[in-house]
Amino acid sequence: MGHDHHHDHDDHSHLTEIELRVRALESILVEKGYVDPAAIDALVETYEVKVGPRNGAKVVAKAWVDPPYREWLRTDATAAIASLGYIGRQGEHMVAVENTPDEHNMVVCTLCSCYPWPVLGLPPVWYKSAPYRSRAVIDPRGVLAEFSVRLPETTRIRIWDSTAEVRYLVIPMRPEGTEGMSEEALADLVTRDSMIGTGLALHPEAMR
Amino acid sequence: MNGAQDLGGMMGFGPIAIEQDEPWFHAAWERRAFGLTLAMGATDSWNIDMSRHARESLPPVEYLTSSYYEIWTRGVERLAVAAGLVSDEELRLGQSLAEPAPIKRVLKAEDVPAVLARGGPAERPIGQPARFGVGDRVRTRNMHPQGHTRLPRYARSRRGVVELVHGAHVFPDTNAHGQGEQPEWLYTVCFSGRELWGHDADATLTVSIDAWESYLEPA
Repeated sequence: MGHDHHHDHDDHSHLTEIELRVRALESILVEKGYVDPAAIDALVETYEVKVGPRNGAKVVAKAWVDPPYREWLRTDATAAIASLGYIGRQGEHMVAVENTPDEHNMVVCTLCSCYPWPVLGLPPVWYKSAPYRSRAVIDPRGVLAEFSVRLPETTRIRIWDSTAEVRYLVIPMRPEGTEGMSEEALADLVTRDSMIGTGLALHPEAMR
Repeated sequence: MNGAQDLGGMMGFGPIAIEQDEPWFHAAWERRAFGLTLAMGATDSWNIDMSRHARESLPPVEYLTSSYYEIWTRGVERLAVAAGLVSDEELRLGQSLAEPAPIKRVLKAEDVPAVLARGGPAERPIGQPARFGVGDRVRTRNMHPQGHTRLPRYARSRRGVVELVHGAHVFPDTNAHGQGEQPEWLYTVCFSGRELWGHDADATLTVSIDAWESYLEPA
């Protein structure tokens, strides 16, 4: 990208090529009346302030403590997740997949950036990037090692490539030593990466 | 299409750039690019499959050297030009030169929560029963369409097992090209790592894709 700064007398001389490009696009679309800039503000605010992986963490914590809810999540994740108020765009068709000592699930979108927005928010840059998208399906243990996750050699690895409008939420294993913890405290152990499958839920020791 | 978006199994991109405490956006322009993409999507001037096809149609060098919000921005530019909403010259000059084209609807700030809550469900009614059931052995077709498809190259002409039946969903391969939704049954099909990558593959690996019925034949 154009990071060279031309110190001419143009008002936008401090802007990069992509900044200029987006600014031009917005001003044309607004001038023509196709886009309301206040709607852009509202969209950004939604995903910067209101939606994020704390939503998914609440789903996971509830599944850990509430067996009927866990069963509902298994059989109809869209409805079970909607019952907590997490609905809509990029979460219209949800499937929850559970990690066990025998099988570890990990989610990728090799073709673009499909990700369950209502429960995890917008995806991190690495999730959309070529290194993750290319290797998750062929070298998942190598990928996991980069996230400092090492699984037993006997644990099966299951990759879910999100090629359609179905979105996958990983239910990580409940850590040892969490018996008796409240649902709320358990949710704090559930990281974003543990719900993608590139991480594990935190051990309570890690929270001290 | 066999574009740069179809990354599964490629090598040489280096380590994953993991960022601690990553912000939702890395620059002000990313916020605008994100909002513009969604706001223009809400005008119904194109559908999500057309959006994906616009992005994957970028020249591979451009796709692979652009950040994701750059790819989205270039996608919106292409879609808006193709829909007759803006001209290349307007984009070049950064100003409107002509009267606006008619547009189906404009997203208002107060409608954002309802529009996001509604989302864009892809499931549709269908007249015929599913051809495959859970546990059926299938083989993906060997196909290399010039247009949009959601069957990744690494999973073409491969034997797998149907694991989930999702109902009938909008078919991206036609919907991306204005040829209608033509809903088809959608399945999760699971492959062994060795079927996909050969005998050197991790023996504990299985990979699934979501595949529309016409991607599959009995095996």
